Amino acid sequence: MKREDIKVLIMRAPGTNCDLEAVRSFEDFGAKVDLIHTQKVFKDKNLDDYDMIVFPGGFSYGDYVRSGAIWAKECEYRIGPELETFVDSGKPIVGICNGFQQLVEMGYLPGWEGHSLYPEAALGNSTHGYQNRWIRMKYEGKGNCGMLSGLEEGHVIQCPVAHGEGRFILPPEQREELLNKLYDQDMVMFRYVKEDGSYADYDWPENPNGAYHDIAGISNPEGTVLGLMPHPERAYYGYLMPEWTKKGAPEIYGDGFPFFKSIVEYIERKF
Amino acid sequence: MSRVTESSLPFSHHLVDLMNATDEELIEIKETLGLGLSLDELHYIRDHYVLSERKATDFELQTFDQTMSEHCGHKTFAGIIDTPEGRINGLLKTYFKSLIDELKPDWCFSVFEDNAGLVDFTDDVTIAIKVETHNHPSAIEPFGGAATGLGGVIRDILGVWANPIANTDVLCFGPLDYPFEKLPPGVKHPSYLFKGVVDGIGSYGNSIGIPTVNGATVFDESYTGNVLVYAGCIGVLPKDQYKRGIKAGDYCVLAGGRTGFDGIHGVTFASLELSEESEDTSRSAVQVANPIEEEKVKRAIKQISDQKLGSGITDIGGGGLSCGVCETADTYGLGVDAYLDRVQLKAEDIAPWEIWISESQERMLMAVPPENLEKVKAIFDAEQVEVTVLGTYNESRHAKIYYQDELVGDLVLESLFNPPKLHRTTNWKPEVMLDPEVPEPEDVGGVLKKLLASYQICSKEKVIRRYDQEVKGQTVVKPLQGWNAGPSDASVIKPLHDNWKGISVASGINPKYGKIDPYWMAASVIDEAIRNSVCVGGRRWALLDNFAWGNPEYEDRLGSLVYACRACYDVAKIYKTPFVSGKDSLYNESPLGPVAPTLLITSLGILPDIRKAITMELKEAGNALYLVGVTKPEIGGSEYLHLRGELGGSVPKLDAETNLKAYHRLLDAMDAGLVRACHDCSEGGLGVAVAEMAFTGGLGVDLDLSKVPVSENMRDDILLFSESNGRLLVEIPVGKITEFETAMEGSAVSCVGVIKSEEKLTVTKDGKPVFEETLEELMGAWKTPLEAKR
Repeated sequence: MKREDIKVLIMRAPGTNCDLEAVRSFEDFGAKVDLIHTQKVFKDKNLDDYDMIVFPGGFSYGDYVRSGAIWAKECEYRIGPELETFVDSGKPIVGICNGFQQLVEMGYLPGWEGHSLYPEAALGNSTHGYQNRWIRMKYEGKGNCGMLSGLEEGHVIQCPVAHGEGRFILPPEQREELLNKLYDQDMVMFRYVKEDGSYADYDWPENPNGAYHDIAGISNPEGTVLGLMPHPERAYYGYLMPEWTKKGAPEIYGDGFPFFKSIVEYIERKF
Repeated sequence: MSRVTESSLPFSHHLVDLMNATDEELIEIKETLGLGLSLDELHYIRDHYVLSERKATDFELQTFDQTMSEHCGHKTFAGIIDTPEGRINGLLKTYFKSLIDELKPDWCFSVFEDNAGLVDFTDDVTIAIKVETHNHPSAIEPFGGAATGLGGVIRDILGVWANPIANTDVLCFGPLDYPFEKLPPGVKHPSYLFKGVVDGIGSYGNSIGIPTVNGATVFDESYTGNVLVYAGCIGVLPKDQYKRGIKAGDYCVLAGGRTGFDGIHGVTFASLELSEESEDTSRSAVQVANPIEEEKVKRAIKQISDQKLGSGITDIGGGGLSCGVCETADTYGLGVDAYLDRVQLKAEDIAPWEIWISESQERMLMAVPPENLEKVKAIFDAEQVEVTVLGTYNESRHAKIYYQDELVGDLVLESLFNPPKLHRTTNWKPEVMLDPEVPEPEDVGGVLKKLLASYQICSKEKVIRRYDQEVKGQTVVKPLQGWNAGPSDASVIKPLHDNWKGISVASGINPKYGKIDPYWMAASVIDEAIRNSVCVGGRRWALLDNFAWGNPEYEDRLGSLVYACRACYDVAKIYKTPFVSGKDSLYNESPLGPVAPTLLITSLGILPDIRKAITMELKEAGNALYLVGVTKPEIGGSEYLHLRGELGGSVPKLDAETNLKAYHRLLDAMDAGLVRACHDCSEGGLGVAVAEMAFTGGLGVDLDLSKVPVSENMRDDILLFSESNGRLLVEIPVGKITEFETAMEGSAVSCVGVIKSEEKLTVTKDGKPVFEETLEELMGAWKTPLEAKR
């Protein structure tokens, strides 16, 4: 399909706050973006009008239980079947920060055996509490996640994290086994790295939250559902990069651009 | 028999007989109802009711109590003050509002009119800005106090129909290592307050999705008993959405959080000194925060503003409904009927008068023309926000308040908002203080490291990282610069997606100068706020003043306040920088005494093109380092003397004319692309500034002290750590040196150093070495103190 025909649904709940950056990034490619309050989506149940869904960052309903838990349960209850149909249709879903927590709480990520009833992973308390800082994450995918196939293997993205609960963890007793499963099915998408490109290996602040195996983002086995803690949408333009003044004038685009470019081009190709 | 008697109404409601009440009886009434009114004010109210020949209701007296409180009425700044230099007919009028008339800035869209000041940004868009204090609540309950302080100032921006895009916070605490045994009863330890306040601001600002882009953390003994929490907010508003025109017949609409017992008598509390009992007596005066509620309200107000559905708006803050409802009616020469049993409650068995003055958070009051009411309701419903039509505005000039269809209060708005003017006298003069004799240190480099590691100067990364600085994707220059997270002088925001124009936000504050001379303190912090803005390329400054002072009923506190206000007028007039908004918080006293006279100046600047913004870190080896401005032996109140255990007297003076010329020349040089980096010299002087530029950029410097422009010869330590105003360090590419020197012609400027790739700060004088330190050592000293304190 043509770019201008792509319809992106960005859902927001009370407490969502990174929605406008996400809207801006997709619109920059000429895609049509609808930013809609979750309650309206629950009424209209019109997910199949869209080619892609984005769950943006924020503090949905204050994250007063586990981050993303309240909104996740509400979505399950109000549009569970519609979401499942959307995922089964192979259309892409992306969750950033709170959206990632949301997808894990809903059981779509990791989603080894498809949509799980209970969360199979968790995004726990970060080792240093809430932190807003810039990190580097390396693209680890081998092509399974079509959305990111536009990124070269090992591509490094600089962008901020801003969360208090983003430490990716798996059930301790099966940790290694499950990690292998992630790798076997090419589900590890991003890992935190140091300036020289080597893995953070739990060093803070390169690994900003103590995430298991330095994991910053994963996809489902089908590669159609993607979640990550860092914020590429906040590094979309050159003037948002932390040291752009070193060059004098900012470049037009920042490190977040290739991330969105890859997603949009994937939808163009695929649908 | 008591003059306060139960009325016949079926709920808590009292009649108060003020007819010929004696002073003793007035005092008794005041105590029965828990009012904060003075005797003069009680006389005024008594006479009012004698004329109207009826009894007052508890309800009405509570309303007078709210509107006449120092917090709402700003009695000191409105009152008459006699000084040896003559009579001042209102500090606000004489020294702040008058500047608007004299400078006639055509870019001030609306100032001293609403909850926030509005200045032009583009032809059709304005920037709204406001800074508030929330000190006493934070001293009692740091998390809730700070969070609701931020919530309140965000509502001030919503209260002019603007969309909030950035927050600021300036926090003043006692020393974190203050000995516990020295704390008087009722005073909480600085480290406890520090953690609570920082978490409170973080939790509110992050949850509501507004970046905290500028701030400061100040430590001084005088804040131990009474912390200061300044919270600011900046918003964007298209000019055609600025709606002020409530008409009779418009609905009075309340939206947002529910009303409860929290925050009752908050303003009365804010207008008293803190005491050992505050915890018990005033805990209920601290409001409870719910950022997500305000996030929803914010989204709804934006839509109502975009669709221009309202005719007036204000936030419900100090004084609760009593102030909001009566002020909106009075501002437009109207009256209002309000029905309190329509208010959504979060607590049962709450008395009508408590509903009326409760300061429960996240509430906005709007005037809505009848034809728009359904649309407005629909918008709030869609955002899951509760909304109530309280009543209707009318021509009566009375506020008639009903509960269960019974009239519980009938207020004549003229009398409510024309209280008697306070009349005070002060003959206070600052005493002359002298610098002590401090022996010259052997190891100047060691002193520099100690300064970098002082609480005042050290990295505040621990605090700043707790706040989201870049949500909304508009923060172009961030508070922490680059991967080394150096201290930016000002933040730059790009408010509009389709426009390269930007705004700079910076601040100036210095309690130590205030202890020596409030006049030069005020002058210095104004210069610092503007200087910081110049560093990133900001210009056309608008200023905000926030005074945090002790009890103005004491002659010395009042006197120093007058001196500071005079400085504001004198300096702002030369800089042509009008004050567009401000707030005073007085009565900042505890068993440990008053806070140091503290004036926070916030500067809002404009950048024609954010792609030309300048940051503070050194960029390239081989470039030249220039110092703009003259260094004088001014170490009074400096961090250096503080380190040596002294206060001193030679507080930095200010030559505003000279500085302004230099600033404009420097800005021209920046626009011409001659400047690569710029950083101002403030706390810690030249020494600290050059170190910060070096380790943030990861580049060394050869600094030659003999090249520094000075007023007279002075010792190396004084030269390096003097805090003279008007000084900036700038990095100039070798190829641009001549162009730069021509651009700066007429201003004191000199090449004081060369940037090198070797990561060392090497300081010499006339070829002789003074000291050399590695950047790693310097940055380590700067980052360690608060890093260590988790």
